[in-house]
Amino acid sequence: MPSLGIPRDGIYFFVDIFMLTDLFNLSYEVNMKTTSSRVARLCVTAAMTASIGTAANAQQTATQLHNRATAAMCANCHGTDGRTIEGSAIPSLVGMPKDYMVLQINAFKNGSRPATVMHQITKGLTDAQIDTISNYYAATKR
Amino acid sequence: MKRRSFVQASMALGSLGTLGSMVGCTSVGRVPEKARVVVIGGGYGGATAAKYVRMLSNYKIDVTMIEPNGEFVSCPISNLVIGGSKTMADITTPYDKLSGKHGVNIVRDYVVSIDAAKKTVTLASGPSIRYDKLIMSPGIDLMFNTVEGLKEANASGQILQAWKAGPETLALRKQLESMDNGGVYAITIPEAPYRCPPGPYERASQVAHYFKQHKPKSKVLILDANQDVTSKGPLFKKFWADNYKGILEYMPQHKVMAVDAKTNTLKFDVQNDVKANVLNVLPAMRAGGIAVQSNLANVNARWCGVHYQTFESTQAKDIHVIGDSILLAPLMPKSGHMANSHAKVTASAIVAQLSDMPVNPSPFLSNTCYSFLNDKMVVHVASVHQYDDKDKTYKTVPGSGGVSSVPNELEGIYAWNWAQNIWADTLM
Repeated sequence: MPSLGIPRDGIYFFVDIFMLTDLFNLSYEVNMKTTSSRVARLCVTAAMTASIGTAANAQQTATQLHNRATAAMCANCHGTDGRTIEGSAIPSLVGMPKDYMVLQINAFKNGSRPATVMHQITKGLTDAQIDTISNYYAATKR
Repeated sequence: MKRRSFVQASMALGSLGTLGSMVGCTSVGRVPEKARVVVIGGGYGGATAAKYVRMLSNYKIDVTMIEPNGEFVSCPISNLVIGGSKTMADITTPYDKLSGKHGVNIVRDYVVSIDAAKKTVTLASGPSIRYDKLIMSPGIDLMFNTVEGLKEANASGQILQAWKAGPETLALRKQLESMDNGGVYAITIPEAPYRCPPGPYERASQVAHYFKQHKPKSKVLILDANQDVTSKGPLFKKFWADNYKGILEYMPQHKVMAVDAKTNTLKFDVQNDVKANVLNVLPAMRAGGIAVQSNLANVNARWCGVHYQTFESTQAKDIHVIGDSILLAPLMPKSGHMANSHAKVTASAIVAQLSDMPVNPSPFLSNTCYSFLNDKMVVHVASVHQYDDKDKTYKTVPGSGGVSSVPNELEGIYAWNWAQNIWADTLM
């Protein structure tokens, strides 16, 4: 893949854009002489970050959207954004620590935690879906 | 590009919890010339879709929902009103949070026609609304004409369906209350698929429970066009044998062809006539009227084919159909929970499409359906449906899903809490 690295005097700054590498299979390296103007360097970096930021943000925003909709599959019973109604016997998920939630879902899934229905639902979830769901509720503020 | 950036920037802000713009930005009941998203129907599918398009776009995509009823009346739990352990107030939720909290513009009206080319819907009151995306969740249409004499007998209030919860729910309860001890209640069930597979068996159980308490000489007859109980069969039959022996009788392979309102008699294709004091006839069903009229019901002229990844109609671009109106993927029930799940996948897809973002490549749906066997004991069926990109359909995940091992009171508590939480998730 294209590299924009242009050696000048052997000492470079690298700006690696990991998100973009993942998303678009491109690899950018912005190499600049230490002797170049600090202002110019900042300007180039800012411009790169801005254009790259838009593309990376777009994918990040899409992923956020998909993850939020995936987590919403729990909301029918566990409430919108994991907030159940007052006095609900079905627990709220909002703000639940991620490691706890992953353990509980897997305990339902492998039968070590008894359940009325959750052992059947959780067997339909992949590890990736469990991760997505647990991340979402852990990150949602009470 | 401008629009996309705007929506994305807004969504980024929203993810930080900035929802300031949502309050007071809409008026209720206004008929706009244009809405980015128009939703037809305010049931489990439509109301959820309206709310989640708003939420998932961080309140940047405007939504107008068209619904003729002033309040949401739930079909799930409505059998308990018929059985006498819940009231109409218990199953009724106002739409005010959907408008006030979520900024959905609700127009109380019917849609009489759709122009898929011009992308407009026309209301019964006259005006048209343009849309970028249309979500249709019109529920079911009861095919009264498939049973001779039923249309008139239903219109007169004599033979009720009460399958669309509302005034008929209460009217059926009143018919049972005024029936003499020793009378007969008969419910007929159409061939599957129909809305809420276990619903008729739950209703029969509720009526039997009421009779057992208050009118012990009375009888419940279930006249089923199907070969056997279509959902949770062994659980229902065991409970009936243990608790409603001598009260409830189940008769499969009874396909009702006609009703005689003068003598309150049911006529079948093969079997003998059945006379009863209270008749509750559920005719065959198809997609909601507006979907059929608009030629979206392209499967046997009954159900709407959709692309399952986005629920976009296979018949018309930018029209998405969800809920009971669609042609089901294998093992998918027509249920309120399922409609709520369809709505979220669709809302996410529409927000992505209107923002030039990719659609979720692997959505999944879940369903949990509880049935009350008396006022406390409950059984469930649950399933998980994963989208399969190769076959373009949903498939149940092997090893997932199932039913209750036995009827139990704990699930009675969960069932009522399920109802309250899904009403809140749909409407509040």
